[in-house]
Amino acid sequence: MSKPLFAGRLAAGLLVLSAGFSPALALDVHQGALILSHPWSRPTPPSAPTGAGYLTITNHGSAPDRLIAAASPAANQVQIHQMSMAGGIMTMRPVEGGIVIAPGATVSLAPGGYHLMFIAPRRPFKLGDQIPVSLTFERSGTVKLDLTVETPPAPGDSMPGMAMPVDPKGGH
Amino acid sequence: MARRWFLAGVVAVMIALGGAAALFWPMGAGGGGGGVGGRSVGGPFSLADQDGRPVTEQTLKGKPTAIVFGFTYCPEICPTTLTNMTAWLKALGPDADRLNMVFVSVDPERDTPAQLKSYLSAFDPRIRGLTGSPEAVARIAGEYQVYYRKVPIAGGGYTMDHSSAIYLMDAKGRFVAPIAFGTPFDSALASLRRLIHP
Ligand SMILES: [Cu+2]
Repeated sequence: MSKPLFAGRLAAGLLVLSAGFSPALALDVHQGALILSHPWSRPTPPSAPTGAGYLTITNHGSAPDRLIAAASPAANQVQIHQMSMAGGIMTMRPVEGGIVIAPGATVSLAPGGYHLMFIAPRRPFKLGDQIPVSLTFERSGTVKLDLTVETPPAPGDSMPGMAMPVDPKGGH
Repeated sequence: MARRWFLAGVVAVMIALGGAAALFWPMGAGGGGGGVGGRSVGGPFSLADQDGRPVTEQTLKGKPTAIVFGFTYCPEICPTTLTNMTAWLKALGPDADRLNMVFVSVDPERDTPAQLKSYLSAFDPRIRGLTGSPEAVARIAGEYQVYYRKVPIAGGGYTMDHSSAIYLMDAKGRFVAPIAFGTPFDSALASLRRLIHP
């Protein structure tokens, strides 16, 4: 009786650990007052004219910053886009003026919302590839990092406003 | 875990209802033959598949159909839907051959049959990619009451706004139900099984 219970608790503890200390933390990039974490991209089919990049940006400074440009040798062009879904209709637009990261705020580029839009990738993105990208922030300057090509989460878990309220740990 | 799935289900249903209501009211109480103002979803069309073979509404009849509208320039929604379609076909096993899976491009200027063939090679080969002249695409979108719009992007190029739901049609080409984008995998799979075994 006690053994399975212990094993269960151990497993639960490991789950919490892995959720709280994801391996992505080891790859955090510090640039000025910003911390950039979990830069990733999704695999693209052959001849896909676009790709998408994601990451989380936290501003630990006392002034707002802004992601104003992105570039990559892996694509012809990288734009900063916002996808949204309203009434079942998908729309995607360049973000005018860039993405503001307020002091103390964390902004996620994630499926269903903001993304780095890779236009005309030079070759398909394959699982495990590292896609180099440089991001330019108004205050913190330009930072280079690699996006790891990963399997995206199931869409039901990634819609903005969906993942958060159903997170049993409450997120914060 | 149970609560999480329950909530996800509720949200998915809300999205499904909201999404459908924006365009048409899809289901009567018993489902089937839905439409708005007497107009039904679905109808005649004439397009070509990724191998250049002609496909019309008659080609699809005899088997139920799951049909979705998208474009290959789409970085997220369309590859996700096609990834799901591939996984559903695998999960359906032998039943998969009793169903048509169709991806219609709303961007025929860029999505030629050759482009669709290359792009779709990453997914289950049973998924048929359809494209045609802009007029032919406008016609099928009208028949299916699908919204799409070309939107120029500053700095060149354009994107397409488009309906994201998958429409389930019966073997006679009559509308049954939508699967909203973001519907949990298993609940969508259950809808496909019901479509195959009504
Ligand atoms: Cu985009």
